[in-house]
Amino acid sequence: MHHKPGFYGDFGGTYMPEVLFAPIQALQQAWTQLKYDAAFKQSLDKALKDYAGRPTALTDVPQFAKAIGASRVLLKREDLLHTGAHKLNNALGQCLLAKRLGKQRIIAETGAGQHGVATAAACARLGLTCVVYMGSEDIRRQAPNVLRMQLMGATVMPVDHGAATLKDAINEALRDWSAHFEESYYCLGSALGPHPYPDMVASFQSVIGTECQTQVQTLLGKNPDYIIACVGGGSNAIGLFSAFINDPKAKLIGVEAGGHGKRLGEHAARFQASTKGVLHGCYTYVLQDAHGQIAPTSSISAGLDYPAVGPQHAELYANHRATYVAIDDKQALEALSLLAKTEGIIAALESAHALAYARVLAPSLMPDQTILINLSGRGDKDLPTLMTQPALTEVLS
Amino acid sequence: MNGIHRIETQLAKQAAFVGYLTAGDGGIDRSFEAAMALIQGGVNILELGVPFSDPIADGPVIQRAANRALQQGTTLEAIFGLAHRLRQQSDIPLILFSYLNPLLAIGAEKAIAAAARAGIDGLLLVDCPPEEAGEFYDACLNHGIAPIFVVAPSTPPERIAYLSQLGRGFLYYACRKGTTGIKAGLPEDFTQQMAYIKAKSHLPVVTGFGIASFEAAAQVLAHCSGVVVGSLFVKALEDNIELTALTQLAHTVFEGDRS
Repeated sequence: MHHKPGFYGDFGGTYMPEVLFAPIQALQQAWTQLKYDAAFKQSLDKALKDYAGRPTALTDVPQFAKAIGASRVLLKREDLLHTGAHKLNNALGQCLLAKRLGKQRIIAETGAGQHGVATAAACARLGLTCVVYMGSEDIRRQAPNVLRMQLMGATVMPVDHGAATLKDAINEALRDWSAHFEESYYCLGSALGPHPYPDMVASFQSVIGTECQTQVQTLLGKNPDYIIACVGGGSNAIGLFSAFINDPKAKLIGVEAGGHGKRLGEHAARFQASTKGVLHGCYTYVLQDAHGQIAPTSSISAGLDYPAVGPQHAELYANHRATYVAIDDKQALEALSLLAKTEGIIAALESAHALAYARVLAPSLMPDQTILINLSGRGDKDLPTLMTQPALTEVLS
Repeated sequence: MNGIHRIETQLAKQAAFVGYLTAGDGGIDRSFEAAMALIQGGVNILELGVPFSDPIADGPVIQRAANRALQQGTTLEAIFGLAHRLRQQSDIPLILFSYLNPLLAIGAEKAIAAAARAGIDGLLLVDCPPEEAGEFYDACLNHGIAPIFVVAPSTPPERIAYLSQLGRGFLYYACRKGTTGIKAGLPEDFTQQMAYIKAKSHLPVVTGFGIASFEAAAQVLAHCSGVVVGSLFVKALEDNIELTALTQLAHTVFEGDRS
């Protein structure tokens, strides 16, 4: 068991090439100073309120609840945040920090495109140059987001190697950073990577939980019984969980991508495989073969299509504080369509995994139990994918 | 003679001509033949690169080689087999150059014990600083394998001393920012940087990253104990170079064109 900063139980750390040691150390120092800096927090809160549109709503969805057989379901509406997902909470925080560090060029990776769009927006707003690495497979399936990034002045760099998805985009962003760290800041999009990123991203996303807890208390006078969020790297989930972690009665459930099968390569369900390793700077659960080579992943949702998971989630899993389940592509599509039909809300495919698990859970609940779901993003970006889905065509007919 | 001693003895004897190969690129037999060709061409320390699916410190040339090696089904066990064959043919130090995860999959003690049995003399973990090396560091010392650490242009002076104190054999100076690859010449601040490093280091310093010509290699050797050439050889192998031509290429880059 580690007790040094940057570790969560056995998980986390700073597994990086030496060239990035000094830039990461500088970032660790800056983050330690700014984390509790009142002026920094004030400028971030102001940007979140005036620019991003916080607080986001908490929406009661009675028709959806009825359709799945639950008594009450609440949605935390991060889909209503500017740029369409929770990602902007983190992008604004990190870009403000980058400005404090005097960095003019921001590097980001993106899977679903939401972190790329959020970073592009934050950079445009703050007058920074923005370069976004994106797998060419993701460019294809999240085309609207590519155009959005470009409209906001970002350069989108296609990444062709590997499966050409999020993992490969992170590899390329890290290579760029190691060559240009003097003038560039790496704005990592999820609560993963080397220390201090998991702590920093989770901290920027904790606004979701803090805000939501107050809203839920006002509405229910107590915490919800079940708190569900999708987990790719895990930033929206850790952001929501953070406010409820100390309430042992609140059950925390992370939903991974079950993809289209149970074999290695057909899903992105790290906790179902339960093998540990090091990828992108931290020790965590990683999908890999017997030789320690990182496995390909598959999911209809680009944002969950990643072989590792943030170290805080690894620790929550290992110490049984949270439960992690998998939802497959088809279940996610059905849930997306059900929420759209019953409540007029089109969820992102990522968030649809959390909705789908609520459907699985509902029949086993007591009549007075409440489910809170983080609706981490909206589904506009997924229209090109949705239009090619036979499963959805079926639902629509 | 244990691995640490073998590396120390080699560096005391003559300047280090370090050659890098991605093991298993073109198959293990091709790697064996290529390694022997490099040794014949003057390479007196050999780095065996373990292919990894996500080589964040490598440029396109070594990324492609790693992909090819993995497609050939190269495993750590096969690389240890390669080391064992090389050890029977040559006394030069063999250094395992790897990302952490392929070794972690086996476990520190098991992996390092197997490396020692295979005749590996040094271990360089690309993405594992000494702060996180724990078990691997201890296992290396227990098995007489030299833990080799990298110094980068961004490494602060006090850290150079720290890395050289923990390391054994030599300190590896990766003289450029960014990733591995074939570059022209040397960085402008090379001489100055090298003076800093040598002043702080308790170990001989060997320089690599982008060295791809006799001129660059000779300049490096004027200031430190050895030079590493990697991507140049890996690219030549990608282009299906003949073994005699590979020997000649090594000769040329380390000792100049003697024709």
